[in-house]
Amino acid sequence: MPRSSERARAAEPRPAARVPSPRFERRRKRRLRVAIGALSLSVLLLAVTLASFVTMADAQSVRPPANAVTNSTPDATGMESVPGKITQPPARADLWRFVGGDRGPDEEGFTTTVSIPNKLSATLVQPFGEEWRLLRRGPLPEYGLIIPAAMILALAAFYLIRGRIRIEAGPSRNRIRRFGGFERFGHWLLAVSFVALALTGLNLLYGREYILPLIGHEAYSLTAWWGKWVHNNIAWAFMLGLVLIFVMWVGRNIPHRRDLVWLMKGGGLFSKHSHPDAGKFNAGQKLIFWSVILLGASLSLSGIALLFPFQTGLMGKTFAFFNDIGLSLSFIGIDVSQPVTALQEMQYQTIWHAAVALVMIAIIIAHIYIGTLGMEGAFDAMGSGDVDLNWAREHHNLWVDEVSARTSRRTPAE
Amino acid sequence: MGKAAFLCDAERCIECNACVTACKNEHEIPWGINRRRVVTINDGRPGEKSISVACMHCSDAPCMAVCPVDCFYKTADGIVLHSKDLCIGCGYCFYACPFGAPQYPQAGNFGSRGKMDKCTFCAGGPEENNSPAEFQKYGRNRIAEGKLPICAEMCSTKALLAGDADDVSSIFRERVVARGFGGDSWGWGTAYGNQNDS
Repeated sequence: MPRSSERARAAEPRPAARVPSPRFERRRKRRLRVAIGALSLSVLLLAVTLASFVTMADAQSVRPPANAVTNSTPDATGMESVPGKITQPPARADLWRFVGGDRGPDEEGFTTTVSIPNKLSATLVQPFGEEWRLLRRGPLPEYGLIIPAAMILALAAFYLIRGRIRIEAGPSRNRIRRFGGFERFGHWLLAVSFVALALTGLNLLYGREYILPLIGHEAYSLTAWWGKWVHNNIAWAFMLGLVLIFVMWVGRNIPHRRDLVWLMKGGGLFSKHSHPDAGKFNAGQKLIFWSVILLGASLSLSGIALLFPFQTGLMGKTFAFFNDIGLSLSFIGIDVSQPVTALQEMQYQTIWHAAVALVMIAIIIAHIYIGTLGMEGAFDAMGSGDVDLNWAREHHNLWVDEVSARTSRRTPAE
Repeated sequence: MGKAAFLCDAERCIECNACVTACKNEHEIPWGINRRRVVTINDGRPGEKSISVACMHCSDAPCMAVCPVDCFYKTADGIVLHSKDLCIGCGYCFYACPFGAPQYPQAGNFGSRGKMDKCTFCAGGPEENNSPAEFQKYGRNRIAEGKLPICAEMCSTKALLAGDADDVSSIFRERVVARGFGGDSWGWGTAYGNQNDS
């Protein structure tokens, strides 16, 4: 019916518009109600948004903030200024110290402005750049090599002493489903994107030192250009994979009392006939899971901050939080009581992003080792998804019991 | 030349921004990119000072040190230049630069940066001198024409000086001696009786 009336109106649009039919009137009223509803909803949303940005609105107010230095209040020199009387200009030595970026408590009265749109460029000198350069050229790449190298050496030593962990009872003919297709998809999405991100990231940190001399400036620049493109774009696949595995496996990774026993026995990794109790995930796997989730989330946050430069303030908020709870970071040379500039935010994020990534790379090297070379039968879990029953009994006995209980319940008794 | 240098005399700079405009015009700099800027300290308050800033062509340039693709190079005159063919727009030189000299056009998705652009001391880039390719990427090569940077040439109060470091510093020294203040003027504040001088 509405279809035919529409067609009729389409044929005679003018009379229909001039003489509204009762139905048209009803529709108009309904539209009005919808519009009012939408309007009130958007007003509500706007109010909520505004309420959450009250602090921002304060910052954008035309009134000077409480801590602003104005001519009507005692200025930095401590002299009360009155209209018509010019206050003392700040001492020159202070001014040039301020320009040099040395912002002591005495120099807080200085302001810098630019008339170009980029207000961030009002900073004359940023002394933190030198610290950033020293970090990036010194400790970061040095420890960045040491941590994964130490992990590789430890794994090599473990392999030489313990060898490949075999299925003690030998391979059985039976297999048991461990990971479904979607679980494996989530894992490999995360894994492949992580390897791509790690390689392109390492390339940017070490390439100039170790790859550029081999292939020359032009070829290396091209590699780094595409590496950057891959890094920026694959990042989203990594984040998606991270969310997928979190949702799928978090329930199975809640710490349990038996995990302590497992850890106390070293997971049975260091002795031939020890197989401590474990559910679907043993304590070692839970550690890997939580490291990947926490480090991965941190990498994602710092990565987003770097993808959208100067738009986030997470480092500043973190330092402010540390300051509030009285946690000092002075032992690593960070004064949490000082505000973090927009540029420092980026500088801290690059260092943090790289440091967390290097730790995660070391952890993932161990994960790759134990999932492939280090243990017979382990790769099948993420390969075909079906694992050897004997392997499962040795490493995840409680999970096997659980699965067999479930299948026997489901199979009708004859 | 020995070592190319900029010097901005804050006693003379009147924040007219002619250096900024001249630079943009000479090199046909795109919108949103500022190779040079004028920063005003304590704008509208007694003791206001303005300083024109661009790449300072550092001797130990932090940008050169941190560039992951090693795209920077130094000319015989001590001018720090870079190759836009090699630059990948990672932004590291901006994080390392004390003066905020490197600039980036927005390119591609998210906040991704295009090839870095910065003051060349009007000395172009690695391309053939005054070739269209050089102009398109780096702007005019006035040094190759035997001229000094346009910003300093245009400066109405001659606050901004550019050239050989020895010449620049001797001009500035003469000036400071002649006017009796405004060099490394520690005594000025005390001379005018600022009791709370710290």
